[in-house]
Amino acid sequence: MRYAETGFNLEVDLTRGSIERVPTDPRLTELHLGGLGTNAKLFWDRVPPEVEPFSPDNLLVFGTGLLVGTPAPGCNRTVVSCISPQTRLFAFSMMGGFWGPELKLAGYDKLVVRGRSPELVYLWINDDKVQIRDASRLRGLGSLETAELIRQELNEPHAQVSSIGLAGENRVFFASIEQGRSSASRLGVGAVMGDKNLKAVAVKGSQDVNVARPAEFLQMCNEALQFIRVRAKNPIPGVMPILAGLGSPQEMAIHDEKWHTENFAWGNARHRRKDFWTDDVKAAWTGTMETMRTRLLSCYNCPMKCGAAISVDTRMCSYMMKCFSKLTYTMAAFSDLNFGLRIAQKATEHGVDAFSAPQTMAFALELLEAGILTEKDMPGLPADNEGKFYWLLDRIVRREGIGDILANGTYWAAKEIGKGAEEYAHNNIKKTEQLPLKLGMLNPIYFLMYCTGEKANITQIEGNFPQAPFETRAEREAFAADWEQVPDERFKQWFVEWELRGEKSIPQYPPVDATCEIVHWQEKMHYIDDATGMCAGLSSFPLKPPFHIHILPKLISCGAGLDLDEAKLNHVTKRNRTLVRANNIRRGLTREDEKPPEDHWRKRFPELEKKLLDEYYKFKGWNLDGVPTHETLHELDLDYVTEDFKKRGILPGEAASQSPPGSSKGGAA
Amino acid sequence: MTSEKSKPKTIKTIKINVDKCNGCRACEVICSASHASPRYSSTNPARARVRVIREPLADIYIPVYAGEYTAAECAGRDKYVIGGKEYAECAFCRASCPSRDFFKEPDSDLPLKCDMCESDPTLKEPLCVQWCLADALTFEERTEEAAPQAAPEDVDAGLEALANKHGWARVRDALGRLAQED
Repeated sequence: MRYAETGFNLEVDLTRGSIERVPTDPRLTELHLGGLGTNAKLFWDRVPPEVEPFSPDNLLVFGTGLLVGTPAPGCNRTVVSCISPQTRLFAFSMMGGFWGPELKLAGYDKLVVRGRSPELVYLWINDDKVQIRDASRLRGLGSLETAELIRQELNEPHAQVSSIGLAGENRVFFASIEQGRSSASRLGVGAVMGDKNLKAVAVKGSQDVNVARPAEFLQMCNEALQFIRVRAKNPIPGVMPILAGLGSPQEMAIHDEKWHTENFAWGNARHRRKDFWTDDVKAAWTGTMETMRTRLLSCYNCPMKCGAAISVDTRMCSYMMKCFSKLTYTMAAFSDLNFGLRIAQKATEHGVDAFSAPQTMAFALELLEAGILTEKDMPGLPADNEGKFYWLLDRIVRREGIGDILANGTYWAAKEIGKGAEEYAHNNIKKTEQLPLKLGMLNPIYFLMYCTGEKANITQIEGNFPQAPFETRAEREAFAADWEQVPDERFKQWFVEWELRGEKSIPQYPPVDATCEIVHWQEKMHYIDDATGMCAGLSSFPLKPPFHIHILPKLISCGAGLDLDEAKLNHVTKRNRTLVRANNIRRGLTREDEKPPEDHWRKRFPELEKKLLDEYYKFKGWNLDGVPTHETLHELDLDYVTEDFKKRGILPGEAASQSPPGSSKGGAA
Repeated sequence: MTSEKSKPKTIKTIKINVDKCNGCRACEVICSASHASPRYSSTNPARARVRVIREPLADIYIPVYAGEYTAAECAGRDKYVIGGKEYAECAFCRASCPSRDFFKEPDSDLPLKCDMCESDPTLKEPLCVQWCLADALTFEERTEEAAPQAAPEDVDAGLEALANKHGWARVRDALGRLAQED
């Protein structure tokens, strides 16, 4: 018997219209767990680097985490993978909500879609009954409308539906897959779904998900719930309210937006407004939220309430939102929250990423202001600022006129427009739009995270280590006193000694070796979560979460029937992390791509930055080009990657296989 | 008229506050796990004896518990409008019935019924309540006077009415027959 996982993938070839239930190799679970880990393996095996994003040979994989569907609180995440049209790299965009557990309960760990349907279709998965159904009448409809119509057509009010809107159908490079409570937004996974002519996937399941050691497993779940209860009453002192609790930043519950509105950049990630948050603004925005927010909402089997139902014009819910998407449209347009929540409703129906879409629109308006684009490029553009954003959104999702160029995101649009437009696509890493954040002094920890994060989003790598030191040593000591989540005592020491000013402050502190360890720890926790399907909000994202490195090996072992301790889990995680990188290295990722936006920090330190990246690469077991060395690959049972790298000339052949000094046995535990 | 002295009885109650429900379905998860054999060995909300009626677009989230089995569905199904939201009557109904797919074992179609987590040793609260951190489900035990027994005179009056309609002979036959079956 298989535990936690079902042991089957659902393979659908949309070109041929074939559907297969394929047993998976339990050895792969031991090597990679599930979710992102097994997705990465699948892509390595089946998607060579020659495959174009919009090719029938690109796969679209919905991979549930290993523990999804078990009673582990917050284990509900699905990792959606494909080759991204935007970065042209291996994408892994994640969603919580209810869809992943339903797929597990229907009897599948992953849905693997290949080929391209001749007509627009949707999939209906009801346990062993799987159909490819006509979706022609759903063409052009919004993602949430689509979900509702499918539930009605099937007469299955409780089916879970993942769907795309116009943006996905028209292959907008930042199109999302929406599923009501959650969405997989980053890196254009919706565009690949649209390219496959797949409008939606509806799922309903009624099969058991087993756990290996039930009593112990339940005990651990109960302890986590108890931890969450206690923590809800005891937020972390000295930390801003949205980050003082668990879950994703509590943007839906908390009205104080001083930090975001004054520290993050407005427009095309350009302008800081340091005195923006006044009492009047606070009153108006609170009023908007109180009027439009109908209910705080959870994902499957999670006690946190990170999301909210937002009702724009009626008391009925129009869409669901969470986290910083609350503000991205507002701030891109220099507008107010009322506008932001209204346009987000349209954007959610169209299915676009709430980081990239507003930034791309603000970028277009900057180009207009600079004379690089002219009114001839935007015939009919309304005079009012907010009208302009609605107009641009509409053109982008329809790929009409200038929208056809903007639909490729700022990096590709700037290239196509030319005339100096590249200067305006200034907030990208690896060709994709980042959080609109422009700061003063280089932070070494964040430098490495921005450079080397392969998820193209800082929130998917940062987390367990505080973003900044607390003011006084006493406060830092108090914080460290019950910090059981750290891998070892050194992390406490690094934090306690970290000062806001002076010798032990950024950029020189934490020292390079400590910085490597801190970055590695934070990233590692995310990679564990992405394999188990645990929400980062209860594990890798917040300070002092209930699930951490000293608890997760046992939880995974009891759930999946594996025999993991910390060392073994670290090893599996390093293997997954390395295999993700291997996929990208093979697709052309180089050291040159690993840099933050030029203007992310005003004060930069080229020598220190070089040293940081050199040392971190070594720490990870990569050579100075960022390529995993053959020793690292061998240690991780990834010799097949070495073989491939040698054939492609990425690693030198047998004779000259010496990697740079210090790069072997990187110590990245 | 006199009535027998009624005895107080203990009523176990789960108070369901639909305003507090976040729709997470933890109640379904833990219910199905705790009724698995061995206990907690598997999870499957389709086997749960509590289901959340979810209509997210209409802002409807109602945890509803499995009650009695009924072989026939209702002849008519009414709707309630409460605070501007329209609810199907079934949203509040506990029956395991042919008109819904809730509250039936998926393998056998046999009806399911909430047992308030009766177990030995007794739990302080049913597990769904323990797992509802939103406090949409809270547990209460209260005592209630048992419904009073019908007074003998009331039985006399009923029999007389039957005799007036069918005649004493047929009533006596019927009584004899029923007494034998009992």
